[in-house]
Amino acid sequence: MSASAKLPRWAERGLLPLINLAAALILSGVVVKILGESPWAALKLLVSGALGTQEGIGYTLYYATNFIFTGLGVAVAYHAGLFNIGCEGQAYVGGLGSGLVALWLGDRAPLLVVLPVAIMAGAAFGAAWALIPAWLQARRGSHIVITTIMFNFIAASLMTYLLVNVLIKPGQQSPESREFGANAFLPAAHELFAKIGITFSPSPWNLAFAIALLAAALVWVLVWRTRWGYALRVAGQNQSAAVYAGISPSRIIIQAMLLSGALAGCLGLNELLGSQHRILIDFPSGAGFVGIAVALMGRNHPVGILVAAVLFGALAQGGSQLAFDLPKINRDMVVVIQGLVILFCGALENVFRTPLAKLWPGRLARSPQPSGGMPVPR
Amino acid sequence: MVEKSVAPALELRAIDKRFGTVHANRSLSFAVAPGSIHGLIGENGAGKSTLMNIVYGFHRADSGEIYVHGRRVDLGSPQDAIRAGIGMVHQHFMLVENFTVLENVVLGVEGGALLAGGLARARRELEKLACDYALAVPLDTVVSELPVGLQQRVEILKALYRGAQILILDEPTAVLTPQEADALFNMLRRLRDEGKSVILVTHKLREIMAITDRVTVMRQGVIVGEVVTATTSPRELAEKMVGRAVLLRVEKKLAQPGATLLAVRDLEVRDRLGVARVKGVSFDLRAGEIVGVAGVSGNGQSELLEALAGIRLPTRGSITLQHHDLVREHLGPRERRALGLAHVPEDRLRMGVVTNFSAEDNAILGYHDRAECTRGGWLDRAAIRKACEGKMAAHDVRPPLPSLRIAAFSGGNQQKLVLAREIDVDPRVLLVGQPTRGVDIGAIEFIHKKLVALRDAGKALLIVSVELDEILGLADRILVMNAGEIVGELLRADATEEKMGLLMAGVKSEGPA
Repeated sequence: MSASAKLPRWAERGLLPLINLAAALILSGVVVKILGESPWAALKLLVSGALGTQEGIGYTLYYATNFIFTGLGVAVAYHAGLFNIGCEGQAYVGGLGSGLVALWLGDRAPLLVVLPVAIMAGAAFGAAWALIPAWLQARRGSHIVITTIMFNFIAASLMTYLLVNVLIKPGQQSPESREFGANAFLPAAHELFAKIGITFSPSPWNLAFAIALLAAALVWVLVWRTRWGYALRVAGQNQSAAVYAGISPSRIIIQAMLLSGALAGCLGLNELLGSQHRILIDFPSGAGFVGIAVALMGRNHPVGILVAAVLFGALAQGGSQLAFDLPKINRDMVVVIQGLVILFCGALENVFRTPLAKLWPGRLARSPQPSGGMPVPR
Repeated sequence: MVEKSVAPALELRAIDKRFGTVHANRSLSFAVAPGSIHGLIGENGAGKSTLMNIVYGFHRADSGEIYVHGRRVDLGSPQDAIRAGIGMVHQHFMLVENFTVLENVVLGVEGGALLAGGLARARRELEKLACDYALAVPLDTVVSELPVGLQQRVEILKALYRGAQILILDEPTAVLTPQEADALFNMLRRLRDEGKSVILVTHKLREIMAITDRVTVMRQGVIVGEVVTATTSPRELAEKMVGRAVLLRVEKKLAQPGATLLAVRDLEVRDRLGVARVKGVSFDLRAGEIVGVAGVSGNGQSELLEALAGIRLPTRGSITLQHHDLVREHLGPRERRALGLAHVPEDRLRMGVVTNFSAEDNAILGYHDRAECTRGGWLDRAAIRKACEGKMAAHDVRPPLPSLRIAAFSGGNQQKLVLAREIDVDPRVLLVGQPTRGVDIGAIEFIHKKLVALRDAGKALLIVSVELDEILGLADRILVMNAGEIVGELLRADATEEKMGLLMAGVKSEGPA
């Protein structure tokens, strides 16, 4: 049988990721044990650190916001058949756009003006950063994986140059811009909750989370409910069929990458306007890459991406708690756990799929029968 | 009995195989006598391929036993099958295109880390085989430079070199001219006379009748009959395959061609490497006629069809439809559809459908921006479903479930849906590539009837098919292509298989009859 055995939908979308996650955690536990700490205590710390307190939850959702933006970015490109590795760079440059708007308008205009302009600037800068790889792919056939990776490095160098030489606040050593005007600060969740009489511990969780949810809804509508989304999915699934249907794959490539970059570019709203209130070096800190894992685990569906983003947010937050409380474990352990989750959810997905599929023999009937063509030898 | 003393070359006992709830093979038993050609015939999805894949070790049977020359064998992989003396020639050749014939033959059985010794041994062996079975092939030619017929010969040599006593051929004539097919059959007869056993898997009744000694008929996973070929007829076999009486040829009235709807002049199409694939082709397509384009696969028909549909850009010439020169005005597939040109592509799975999409999403492919499917920029899901239900009912697509993934439908039902999509928009001109490729007999009958009905409704149809029977059965006028040129034009009444075979092989006729 082919590698992708069919499962019932709930098992495919719920059970399988959970099993993969459990496997990743068990293996992480082994690593923790080797390091000389108790895996059970570590797990408890991880979970309680991420979800045990209001502050923890706030941090989890704050991290998740970044991952939603980049995860959606990866997913949109994926539906067009493109593997956008460049969300890190697009988020970085997009954040520059939002940050510049915040610097410019932060003490001149109210938030109601700053925010829409900052969103547009972030999206535009992110999209622009994706445009060149997209154009190269569409017109010249340069592989998008290669070009977007390279553009991550270019973005990093460009931003370092700008921060060190141009944007740096005069008279200081660290390459950071001056603080934004207060009107460019996105309200934090605990402030918004306070207005309606709910007390919530302070955390960097902010309005950008709501924008991320809106973006997720928008992506769903766009991909599954519009003509453009139909064309996008046709081109992503089968280029020949797209040409046959009168859909230009190269146009779709460019449009999808623009949208992908725009979504990733919104990360600066959360990170800069929502939390740091200045432009600083390496603020995406890997969220672009985590977005790949998030999209993968969320099956490139907005709902799945939300769930996966929260999971990775919890890992990030719980992991830093772990590093804080257990002396033998440092922040790199979080990267190890993330890596294992990616490994099991992405690369090793079929390890559990096939045995699981055997539990549902009946469901196989709906998969295509092996008629005519030769199966690929195992 | 004689059969008592000589064990069958291959014997299957009670082979059973399920894929989930699909019972692909139900307790199948049959035997192939040594030195015989055994036909295995059945519709798509009857379980032929599954059975042969079990014999060749790709699948493992859930239960049942396989005996080779009376010895029980356990075939867990193709290597096991090869060791047991079973060779298989696949429909799609498994050759490394940029290796020479010799390198292809020794691939996997090089016999040592250094190539030289193995190659020399193989060369001696192959020269002997070529001599024994009249299977001459230039050993040092790169495979991609060989014509298809010879590539197939390389596959047969590969199997024989590995010591095959039992040779399985899966739809071997799909890519051959009638003359090449005859050569293949002579080769197979020779192999049989040398004591080899041949299993011929096909859906072509004519071939079964021409060459096999016995034939086994499969339907829905069971064997519904096994007969000595000499005692049966194509009609009887077809009925066994389908389970009811079938029309092997559509009945139709004489065509009443009307005005010219599509005019093609001096059309030239080059491929990516700049090689001319269609060389100065001109013809007219008139209302109320079916023009068939015949030819061996790969002689420019596909490129011609794609150029007409707007998928490939011609380098020269004109295509006129509705007073528009489609070439000069750079009209793409979308604009051509708007002018009433519909297209059922040759390769359904590569181009005609998106396999991961539902039936209803596939039913709007190419028409997704039409008013019927949309409200503003939005897809009108309810309307799309309703339209798909209508198409499924009108074209007997089973099961009639618009939300089911298209890949879960049989080839015939997929094709009926594609056809429904292209017919439903009421086109002026319909281009159809391989109308019934991978389609079961029952559906073939249905599709052919639909096409003739379209013709009678005054549409112009261009049908490209590598199945001679299909062209002869449907077309009112036949264009034969060879090496990118139209080498002959025949009216149906004047066309015979022999004439067309010669034209397909490149022997030019003296002009339109």
